[in-house]
Amino acid sequence: MRARLGGLWRSTLGRHLVVALAALVVLVVVLESVSDYRNTQLAAMAYLGIAAGGLTVLTGTNGQLSLGHGALMAVGAYTAALLLPDRDTSVPLSVVIVAAVLTTLLVGTVVGLAAARLHGPYLAGATLALAVAVPGIALYFKETLGGEQGLPVVMPEIPVWVLDLAFFVTGQDLTRSRFTAYVAWLTLVVVYLLLANLGAGRTGRRWRAVRDDEVAAELAGIDLGRARVSAFVVSAAAAGAAGAILAFTVKLAAPSAFTLTLSLTLLAAIVLGGLGSLTGALIGAALLTFLPGVVTDLGRSAGLGDIRAAELAPLVYGLVMVAVVLLAPAGIVGSLRGALAHRRSTHRSTSSKGTAA
Amino acid sequence: MQQLLNTALTGLTLGMVYAAFALALVLIWRSTRIVNFAQAPMAMATTFVALVVIDAGYGYWLGFAAALLSGLVLGAVLERLVIRPAEGGPEINAVILTLGLFIVLHGVAAVVFGNRYRSFPAPFGLRGFEVGATTIALNGFGVFTIVSVLVVMGALVALFRFTDVGLRMRAAALDQEVARLLGVRVGHMLTLGWALAALVGSLAGLLIAGGSLVHPSYMDSVVVFGFVAAVLGGLDSPLGSVIGGLVLGVSLSFVSGYVGSQLVPLAALAILMLVLTLRPGGLFAHAPERRV
Repeated sequence: MRARLGGLWRSTLGRHLVVALAALVVLVVVLESVSDYRNTQLAAMAYLGIAAGGLTVLTGTNGQLSLGHGALMAVGAYTAALLLPDRDTSVPLSVVIVAAVLTTLLVGTVVGLAAARLHGPYLAGATLALAVAVPGIALYFKETLGGEQGLPVVMPEIPVWVLDLAFFVTGQDLTRSRFTAYVAWLTLVVVYLLLANLGAGRTGRRWRAVRDDEVAAELAGIDLGRARVSAFVVSAAAAGAAGAILAFTVKLAAPSAFTLTLSLTLLAAIVLGGLGSLTGALIGAALLTFLPGVVTDLGRSAGLGDIRAAELAPLVYGLVMVAVVLLAPAGIVGSLRGALAHRRSTHRSTSSKGTAA
Repeated sequence: MQQLLNTALTGLTLGMVYAAFALALVLIWRSTRIVNFAQAPMAMATTFVALVVIDAGYGYWLGFAAALLSGLVLGAVLERLVIRPAEGGPEINAVILTLGLFIVLHGVAAVVFGNRYRSFPAPFGLRGFEVGATTIALNGFGVFTIVSVLVVMGALVALFRFTDVGLRMRAAALDQEVARLLGVRVGHMLTLGWALAALVGSLAGLLIAGGSLVHPSYMDSVVVFGFVAAVLGGLDSPLGSVIGGLVLGVSLSFVSGYVGSQLVPLAALAILMLVLTLRPGGLFAHAPERRV
């Protein structure tokens, strides 16, 4: 029994599955314990976490910058909104999410093939252009995409089997907010499982090789352009899923939600959490979700008006981002890992010294 | 025919502004191999400085001078305090720093000035000139735009070609190690490069703002157009950035005039992707685009 469990833990997929199952248990406990408002906040954290997870793979693992993940989320959100226009439509949520991912994958492929192949700032510039272009598209095609007001998203009825299962497991009725939070977090678990496995496998090693030393990677036979494009496309797919979840949570897809600011805050989240780390991305998403309220309250108590106080949050993100890059480039998770590694090596050298004596 | 002429003239005027902004990006790229995405809010911040001076009653030209001077100082300070410490690290860190600065400058402006749209004055008339019985889309401010950008560009050419400082800056940009061996103070040259770029960016900010409304985000789309223009002309080529700016300005003006203004950013993205696919080095690249 122990040998079998050990074998399961030693396998990458097995280990990730165990972590995913543990996450699901924690998920049920947390979501059932908090209010509907907190459930909505947690759903927001989930979609930011999904987008940040995709972005941290692109930027941290592959070394490329995207300033357009907010725009890619918009593609996912609008796809979801177009598929859920009213209650009479009965497209399952899983199909909506898959459609959003595929649409965003397509857009990501087009942008990636043009800009991600090249070394240098071209992907950052192209995705910045995408971030600025997307709101205009929504306005230009306002008959289809709703213009400034956006498209409302109507969630279908919760399936009876889901209601029964939820009651059976938790003993509580399933509210609409909690249902949305469950959808959001289940999607996050699935996305993170996929990203973690990709990162740990052959694909991930290629991505890191391109980031670390392009010449050596090319000499080793890796197609640099293909590796970059694949990282960007995977990242875009995650952003599409995040966009769909955002549409479910907010129940609206409107251009004002997908400005350049969203892309930059996602970048701030992954920098703070630690580039390349999914745990860091989740920590960053949590900060994005809960920090604005805290900072706004502080600003208000310091005498700022409500609107000015609300502007403090992005200012804090920006300052923290600059400080992290200059002082602790590995971010929260990276710094903690570094500290642990240092302690471990110190302990080992002490033991060696003892042995020598 | 008249619409065609007016569209072209509007594009030419805007193109000069995009050219100035592209030039700012190229100056920094040539010296530090960084695209400075913070250039847009830097220009926005200096425009607000000008607005403060103008609102205090000192007149447009003093505001103009204050903006350019504060741009110079801001560029130098940011290079020295924020960008320099990241030198030698992964190149992605420097770009992330410019994005962090982007957010910070945005945040400061929003907290200090608020998000309201504020009117910014123009020093010359905004009515189109009359030629015979026809009014064309070229006005006093448009002429000022074109002339001021040309003057700044001429001054920069003179600086780089005919002065010792310019020679040292070119040496530092070409090869930092060799320049250091020859006694050039490379750090100072890089700081000066950022300062000059910020000055040019400030000019672009003022020209966009003239006769228009300003708010913390008003320069955001211009950084896209400036970047596209710089890539179109070749990131290494100052001349390319100017020509790229003009080509882009006229192209986008036709999109705005004949298709719809909301699709202008999309057209810029399409142009960028076309250039990156067909000719990644740009029209005037000095060297093949580095794949490695």
